[in-house]
Parts: sequence; C-alpha cells; structure tokens
Amino acid sequence: MATFQLELVSPEKLLLSRAVEMAVLPAAEGEMGVLPGHAPMIVTLRGGVIAVTENGQVTERLYVAGGFAEVTPERCTVLADEATPVGQLSKAAAEARMRDAEAAYAAAAMETPEKRDASMARLLSARAMVQAAEAA
Amino acid sequence: MASLKALRARITSVKSTRKITQAMKMVAAAKLRRAQSQAEAARPYAERMERMLASLGASVAGSPDAPKLLVGSGADQVHLLVVVTGDRGLAGAFNTNVGRFARSRIRELEAAGKTVKVLAVGRKGAAYLKRDYGSRITAEISLAGKKRVEFVDAQEIAARITAMLEAGEYDVCTLIYNRFRSVISQVPTAQQMIPAVVPEGSATEAATGAQALYEYEPNEEEILATLLPQNLAIQVYRAMLENAAGFFGSQMTAMDNATRNAGEMINKLTLNYNRTRQANITRELIEIISGAEAV
Repeated sequence: MATFQLELVSPEKLLLSRAVEMAVLPAAEGEMGVLPGHAPMIVTLRGGVIAVTENGQVTERLYVAGGFAEVTPERCTVLADEATPVGQLSKAAAEARMRDAEAAYAAAAMETPEKRDASMARLLSARAMVQAAEAA
Repeated sequence: MASLKALRARITSVKSTRKITQAMKMVAAAKLRRAQSQAEAARPYAERMERMLASLGASVAGSPDAPKLLVGSGADQVHLLVVVTGDRGLAGAFNTNVGRFARSRIRELEAAGKTVKVLAVGRKGAAYLKRDYGSRITAEISLAGKKRVEFVDAQEIAARITAMLEAGEYDVCTLIYNRFRSVISQVPTAQQMIPAVVPEGSATEAATGAQALYEYEPNEEEILATLLPQNLAIQVYRAMLENAAGFFGSQMTAMDNATRNAGEMINKLTLNYNRTRQANITRELIEIISGAEAV
C-alpha cells in the first residue's frame, strides 16, 4: 500500500520519522485520518492518541497533550506539546494531572472566557491521558 | 626571601586549586556535551514551527485584527529586553559579555527616548545590570539548581511575557542571549520576538503559494492563537539551550586556562623552593667549615 512520511516532533526531541500507511490524529474538531495524498491542511490537536498504521495494522499508539499538525499530500508533520507512547503512560501520573486540571478549571470559573477555555482544554487533554493509560 | 615552610604551603595550596579547576573542566566538558545534544534535539521542532508560522503569518499579517503577539501593539515606545545569562560564575567573560551587550542596548534605546524594561533570566545578568539599571529590572528568574533546561520552564517565561503584553506593559520584546557558535566562541545576540519576525524568503513564497493551498482547521486565527505562544516558548527555550551550551563551553575554556596557569605557578614556586633550599644548605656548610677552620 502507498505510504507517506510521518514526523512526530516534541520540543525536546524528534520522536518518529518514517513512512506509514495511515495516521489517525486527534484534531481539535474530531478525529482525522490521514492517508497518502491528503489535501494540504494545518490543524490544531487536542489531547488524545495518535494511531499509526503500517502493513494494515496499528503498530504504534502515542498520546499527545496537544499541538499542531501540518499535512501535505506526501508528508505529515505533528508538532506535539508532549508525546509519550501509550504503553509508557502511568495511570497514577495521568490521574494526578487530571486532578490538577480539575482544580485549575474550578479556580478559573470567574476568569475571562479565554482563560476558561484554555483550562477546559487542559482538563480534556488530561482526561484523554487517563483514558489512554487505562486502555493500555 | 620567603621561608621554606611558607613556600611549601603555597605550593600545596596551588596544587589543590589546580585539582579543583581540572575537575571543573571535566564536569563542564561532560555537561557541554549534554547541552549540545539537547540543543540539537530541539532543532527539528523549531524548524517546522518556523515553516508553519511563515505560511500562516503571511496570510494573517495584513488583516487589522491580527493577534498582538504577531504584530505587536503598533507602538514602539516601551521595550522589554529578556536577558538570558548563566546562573553561576567561573566561566570567563561569558556573563559579562551578555551584560555589556544588554547595557549598551539599553543606553541606545534610552538615548532615543524609549522606555526600557528588563526581564532577567539567570542570576548573573540581573546582578550585572542591577548597579546601573536596577530600576528597569521588572523581574528576575533564576533557574539555579536545575540539572537541565526544561521546556516547561521556557513555557512559564513565555507565559509571563505574553501576560505582560496583554497588560500593555510593553510594545516591543527583544531576546538577548549568547549564541553558541563554537566551544570557544559565543556571540551576544539580540533577537526580536514581538512583533514576530517572519522569515523573509519563505514569507513571500508562502504568500503566493501556501496561502491558497492550505486548509485550516478550526481557522487561521484560532491556530495562530495557540501557535504564537508556543512559538514564543520555543524561542525562549532555544535561547536557554544556547545559553547553557555556551556557558559550559566558556566555563571549560576558563577552567582550562586556570589549570594551565596553576601549573605554571607551581613550576615557578618549585624552582624558587629548590633555590632557597640550596642556598640554605650552602650557608650551613659555610658556617660549619668556617667553624672548623677557626678551631
């Protein structure tokens, strides 16, 4: 099957750079499957899991806390704020982050809508992390 | 001439100093390698971020409601200088170089009638600027005691810079740091962060090609709203990494020099010690011989 180049970079390192068949990205407005020849796009990502398909099977699942992706017909670059393979997620750490995010969201109730949205996004990202850690 | 005992004490003291500087040199070399590889690892992200920003920035920059982080506040009155230096000394002229660079920059801006504010990242820069420009320092961030530069720290600093912009505390933000050119050469550099400088070549290319090409989800403004703070954090992160690498490089050179100087000093002192010892022996012999002759 045709492949395209998937690159996953976090500020601290280059995590992944290889040819894959399909990648499912947690885009801000819903999951988005990327196949070779996809229309050029720039999307923001919410917290969630990137699933990588090679040879007809999901070979890699990585949790990202948020970020951006640039898609062109022959390439897909994901700029993740933070990325961890799902297998290495710690449930305790995820739950701790979830609690922090909940507290921050509660504290932000009186703030401006932008700030509330930002902490809501963090809360959702933490929830996705807990779910990913549970599924692993 | 100093007594033998005093000379012996000095030689021992210089020898232990040499041991310390030698150890510090080794440690700096090891940390330099780590800092360099960390800086290398951060490069791909920064490059791709720049590319994305170039294509986005070109399509939004013209519109009147472009985000402040991209175009600034439109004025050019209050300048914020983010000065990145090391937290420790014993690194030759490393911190002084950035300090001096920042100081001449402040002087230039103030001569042109601008107001200057300073955000000092790293203890040494704040200490250097405190004497002449203490009133301009709005905040001082120290990362002393951290083993390595972490992205979270850069994000925090960037959040602070953004908050200050939103509060209307400055118009133009410039980052001042030591660019790491090689182990023995670090260049103080000023880099304008707000309004953002979109790379020239790619901007025109993006304006003609990519703008029509890309689809944006959710839309340009919202992507920019999250991309710009991230880009700011990346720039700060990069400056911090270069600063760390440069600091250890500079420290290594400084400690190498110190070790060499200590070695020279020991040679000189040892020579002096031997001469004094010989003179003493000769004198004693003369005393004995002349004593025997007198009998």
